[in-house]
Amino acid sequence: MADDSTVSTTAAPPATSSGPAAGATRTGRPAAGQSAGGRTAHSNLRKRLEIAFFVTPALALLFLFVAWPVVTAVQMSMFRWNGIGPLVDFVGLQNYVRVLSNDVFIGSLVNNLIIIASSIAIQLPLGLAIALLLNRKMWGQGLMRTVIFMPYVLAEVVAGVIWFQLLQPQYGVIDTVLQSVGIDPPPQGWLGDMDLALWTVVVILTWKYIGLAVILFLAGLQGVPDELYEAAQLDGASWWQVQRKITIPLLGPTIRTWAFLSMIGSLQLFDMVWILTRGGPANATSTMAIFLVNEGTNRANFGIAGAASVILFVIALTMAVLYQRLVMRRDTKGGS
Amino acid sequence: MMVSTTRPPETGSLPVKRRRGSAGKFQGGSPAVYAVAFVVLVATLGPVVYGALGGFRSNFQLADAPAALPNPWIFSNYVGVLTDDAFWRFTLNSVVIAVVTTAIVVVFGVMAAYPLARYTFKGREWLFMVFVAGLLFPATVAVIPLFILITQNLGLGNTWWGIALPQAAFALPITVVILRPFLMALPKELEEASQLDGTSRVGFFWRILLPLSGPGMVTVGVLAFVGSWNAYLLPLLLLRGDMRTLPLGVADFSSEHSSDTAGVFAFTTLAMIPALVFFLAMQKRIVNGLQGAVKG
Repeated sequence: MADDSTVSTTAAPPATSSGPAAGATRTGRPAAGQSAGGRTAHSNLRKRLEIAFFVTPALALLFLFVAWPVVTAVQMSMFRWNGIGPLVDFVGLQNYVRVLSNDVFIGSLVNNLIIIASSIAIQLPLGLAIALLLNRKMWGQGLMRTVIFMPYVLAEVVAGVIWFQLLQPQYGVIDTVLQSVGIDPPPQGWLGDMDLALWTVVVILTWKYIGLAVILFLAGLQGVPDELYEAAQLDGASWWQVQRKITIPLLGPTIRTWAFLSMIGSLQLFDMVWILTRGGPANATSTMAIFLVNEGTNRANFGIAGAASVILFVIALTMAVLYQRLVMRRDTKGGS
Repeated sequence: MMVSTTRPPETGSLPVKRRRGSAGKFQGGSPAVYAVAFVVLVATLGPVVYGALGGFRSNFQLADAPAALPNPWIFSNYVGVLTDDAFWRFTLNSVVIAVVTTAIVVVFGVMAAYPLARYTFKGREWLFMVFVAGLLFPATVAVIPLFILITQNLGLGNTWWGIALPQAAFALPITVVILRPFLMALPKELEEASQLDGTSRVGFFWRILLPLSGPGMVTVGVLAFVGSWNAYLLPLLLLRGDMRTLPLGVADFSSEHSSDTAGVFAFTTLAMIPALVFFLAMQKRIVNGLQGAVKG
C-alpha cells in the first residue's frame, strides 16, 4: 500500500527462498554456537522433533486430502472403472483420447476460455472505472466500497438462485420490465437460449466478481503517491490524462495479479453454472468442471472423469506457468 | 506460484483513506460522478434487495406486478422458513462444518508456519515450497477421487468431518503462505529475550507468538470460514438428507419449489443473512486478507 518496501516474495520459486524476509531469522540462532558435541546433537534432535511436531499435522492433511487424490486421479485416468471393485481394466491413455475427442468436453473447454477472456475484457475496464470513481473523495465512499464488494462474499449458489428467479422467462422481473419498455426477451428465457445462455452467465459472473477487481485495484491505487497527481496537475494535465498516463500504468502489477486470479477462478467455474443451467441448454454453458462431475457422479465413468481432471489440471498449470513467464515476469523480477 | 506474501497487519491494515492534501479538481464528486455511483449501487444491490422484498410478497403479487413493492406485506414466507426444522438443521450443519474447518486451518496453519518462519534448518524453503505447490491444486481438480477417498476408504461420507477435513486441507496452503511472513515480521528481540528467560522455542510459541499473531490468525480464519460457508461442490457430492448444508438447502429448495418464487426468495434471503452479517463485521479482515494474498 503506502510504502513500497513490501516483501513481495512472488511466485518464481527460487526467488521466494532467498527473499529479503528469509534472511531475517538466519542470524543469531544461539543453537548454532552452543557448547560442545553431545549437547549440540541433543539440541539438534530436539529441534528436529519440534519441527516435526509443528509441521506434521498440516503436512498429513495436505498429503491425505490433496496429494493423494491428485495421484489417484492420474491412476484412475488409465483404467476403465465404474467406481466399484478394484482397478483392473487398464486402458492406458485411451481415456485421454476419448475425453479430447469428446465434443462436449471440447465445447466445455472452449466455454471456459470464452469465460476467461470475456471476464477479463469486461471486468478490467469496468473495475478500473469503478475503482477510479471510488478513489475520489466523495460522500458515501465507504458505503459504496462495502456494497460493491458484497456480492463477492455471497455464495455462488445464493447469487445463482436469486438470478435464476429474476431471469424466469416471461414472468420474471427482468423479462417483464424489458417487455414494458418494448424490448422482447428471448422466448426460452435468457438462460434457455442456446446463443445467449453463456453470455447471461458471463453477465452474472461480472456482477458477482467485479467487487474483487475493484477492491484490489483500490488497494493498488493507495500505492500511487499523491505528489504525482499534484505534479501532473500543476503541469495542467486533465483528470483523464492523469489516470491514463500515471495511475493505470502504476496499477500494472495489481492488474496482472488480478487477471491471474480471475483466470484460475474461471477455469474452475462450477457452482454458478450448475445452479443456473446445469451446463445446458444442450451443453451450451458446460464447463470442464461440470463435465467431470457429470461423468464422475451421474454416469460413474470414473476413468473419464479422472482423465478430464488431469487435463484440467495440466491446462491450469500450463496457463499459470506461461502467465508467470510471459506476463508477470517483470513483476517478479522486482522491476515494477 | 504467484500469490505473494502478505505484510503483517502493522502495515497491511493501513486505513483505507488516503491522506491527500489539496488535490483540488481531482477530488470530490460532480453530479455526473454521483449519478454513475448511484447506477453502480443499484445494479449491485438490486438483485439482493429485490429478493429480500420478494420474500415479503405473495406469488400472486410477484406474478401480477413483478417490479412492485410488497402490498400488503406478507410475513408467511419468512415465518414458514423460520419454523422449518430443515432450515435450522442446514444452518447447524453449515455452522459446525465452518467452525471445525476454521479451527483446523488456523491451528494447523499457525503451527506449520511457525518453524517455517522462525527456525533455521536444512530444507526449510523446500518444505515451504510444498505448501506453495499446494496452491496449484484446486479442490475441483481432485473432487472425484476425493469423493471416493472419503466415502469408500475413510467411511466419512455424509459426515461433518468428511467435509471439514478436506476443506481444511485445501485451505492450508494459502493460510501458511499468508501467515509465514506475518510471523517472520515479529521482532527477533522478543525471541531472544524469552530465551534469556529460559523459555524454550515451544514455550515461546505458546506464550508469546500465539497471542501476538492474533490478527493474522483472524484474517486467515475469516477467509477459511467464508470459504467453507459458501462451499457447494464437495458438499453436493458428499452430503445427503439431514446432513446437507445451507447452500445445498438453498439449491434444493429452489429446484423443489421452483414455482414458489416468494418462498425461494425468503429461504435464500435468510440463508445469506449470516454470511452478510459476518461480512459486515469482518469486512476489513476479508479485504485485507485478499489484498494481502495478492500484494499490498
